[in-house]
Amino acid sequence: MANTFPDNWNKLTPEQKLDWRLAAWAAIEGKPLNTPQAVANFTAATRRYIDVLKLREPDRVPRTLILGDYVAHYAGSNPGEFFYDYPKAIEATIKFCKDFDLDYGAGGNFMPGKLFDRLGYRLYRWPGGALAPTQGFQFVEGEYMTADEYDALIADPESFAMRVYTPRVMGALGGLGMVPSFFGTVELPFVPFMLAGFSAPPTHEAFKALLEANQIVLEWFGANAQLGAVTLGEMGLPGTMGGFSKAPFDYLGDSLRGTRGIMMDMYRRPAKVLAAVERLVPMAIQMGVGAANGSGTPFAMLPLHKGADGFMSNADFKKFYWPTLKATIEGIAQEGVVPMMFVEGGYNQRLDIIAESGLPKAATMWIFDQTDMAQAKAKFGSWACIGGNVPASLFKAGTPEQISDYVKKLVDTCAPGGGFFLSPGAVLDQAKAENVHAYLKTAKELGVYR
Amino acid sequence: MSQQLINAITEMQEEEAVALAQQMLDEGASPSAVLEACKQAMDVIGQRFEKGECFIPELILAGEMLSQVAKIVKPHIQQETVEQKLGKVVVGTVAGDIHDIAKDIVVFMLDINGFEVTDLGVDVPVAKFVEAVKATGAKIVGLSGFLTLAYDPMKETTAAVKALDPEVKVMVGGGQIDEQIREYTGADAYGKDAMAAVAIAKGWA
Repeated sequence: MANTFPDNWNKLTPEQKLDWRLAAWAAIEGKPLNTPQAVANFTAATRRYIDVLKLREPDRVPRTLILGDYVAHYAGSNPGEFFYDYPKAIEATIKFCKDFDLDYGAGGNFMPGKLFDRLGYRLYRWPGGALAPTQGFQFVEGEYMTADEYDALIADPESFAMRVYTPRVMGALGGLGMVPSFFGTVELPFVPFMLAGFSAPPTHEAFKALLEANQIVLEWFGANAQLGAVTLGEMGLPGTMGGFSKAPFDYLGDSLRGTRGIMMDMYRRPAKVLAAVERLVPMAIQMGVGAANGSGTPFAMLPLHKGADGFMSNADFKKFYWPTLKATIEGIAQEGVVPMMFVEGGYNQRLDIIAESGLPKAATMWIFDQTDMAQAKAKFGSWACIGGNVPASLFKAGTPEQISDYVKKLVDTCAPGGGFFLSPGAVLDQAKAENVHAYLKTAKELGVYR
Repeated sequence: MSQQLINAITEMQEEEAVALAQQMLDEGASPSAVLEACKQAMDVIGQRFEKGECFIPELILAGEMLSQVAKIVKPHIQQETVEQKLGKVVVGTVAGDIHDIAKDIVVFMLDINGFEVTDLGVDVPVAKFVEAVKATGAKIVGLSGFLTLAYDPMKETTAAVKALDPEVKVMVGGGQIDEQIREYTGADAYGKDAMAAVAIAKGWA
């Protein structure tokens, strides 16, 4: 549910903004909670989550899952149906939510496949599109911005995104490249000439595609609401994912220059890389905050990619990656939205750098993957909420006893004093149901504080 | 001058490295002397990578420097000298997974370290691995996969190549691959990065 902010919003401190957003997220009023059970679950689960964010001891450790295609596979559906057959995806997700003892809503990769078809999206391949229905959606590595385009990106990132980048990654939006400058609005005699700039047929096609694509998204929102009527309305499982953003270096490296390009740019044109990532910070902040405003769920996930251990030296991390990620985290937190870093890979070499950088206390969450959790607890525990680290490999190839032991050790290490939530270290596409049950059950039993 | 070339490459001085290689050739150095300097530079970079002193940007840039040097050396090569290879390796990203970056680095490091590598690319069906092992007679297979969806294809591929030739050794690696998955897939070794892949392959060669 989109937020409607109070009149004095701009006068509030970041902490007041955060508290307002958390209260709105956790409020019972206005939510379609239709059963006493739903109200009870919702109240306990939101309170628990806020407690760990605020570094307090909750009633018990909140248990989360990061779900990819596993929801579909578990319920006898497949990723292709999750992209193209909404009723089946909804049915499968409800089955998943009912079969497992969850604290929070479980999404899976329920996506509007028709949307990506309509846009001619080239940056990914997805099940039921270019991939078989049994496969998961995947990123297509490439150089989508050339090395000589840095100046254009830096001069005007939004214009670059709309007129240069989008036509490259969305075939149906090629006409956006011809959209004229809107500065023609400033004088009456200029306006007709500005509008004449919309005459090209590809531009008409692009706007038509955008309107149709929007319609597809609204239908998909409708399907999500049907799902929410059960998972939230009947079961009281709150959503914890309000929006997304990325580290500016990852925006540039993953999706614009590509891995090879950005890694060579660090040597060939370091000043341009630094100027570009700095220029992308406001956009990265807006991405996280805007989505959280729209969803009313004040948590923005930032999946971190190219700053992991092994990807670059600590010196390069401090130079290229961290300063603008830090600015993004601070900017999102400034607006009272919780940046939730999904720290993929290992961050053992980076913990000190981050811990010593003076990020706001009790305002961020960190999901670690292959990072040493005792170290993470020691270095982050006093100022940030942490979770993660249960290996995806264990969900798939381990036994219930193994995963139970792992969870127990993790709870023993990280839960004391609060500020800890249970989470896998990676997105689950594959798992054994008995392992997921053991993971949830162990934490429910052993993660109790009082 | 070959020491200067080694230094230029290991210090990531791209333009200098290419210019020095050209200068060596202009001054009558043999193509093999230039390539030998490159190889020695890569040994240094490989050791630094293992020690955690150099990282992906350095591996990628070194690869780029080497391919530029190779390009200017090529016209000077009178006759192909047959280099003694350590062994044949078949490498690919398993079926369903289209990630190539890490796999490409593994291929490059194996190649530079004296292996004859057959790179099958990404989203490689089980049958294609089997065919490649059959065609090349390779005794080492490297399976890459970034996502958890790679687990089962890795298991199937391992079983298939071992069914063809029980002597074939299989190593696995990638983002969510670990010792647990090595055991699950029935592979012989798990390597956490490109240098680990080289060390494993050398152990089997």
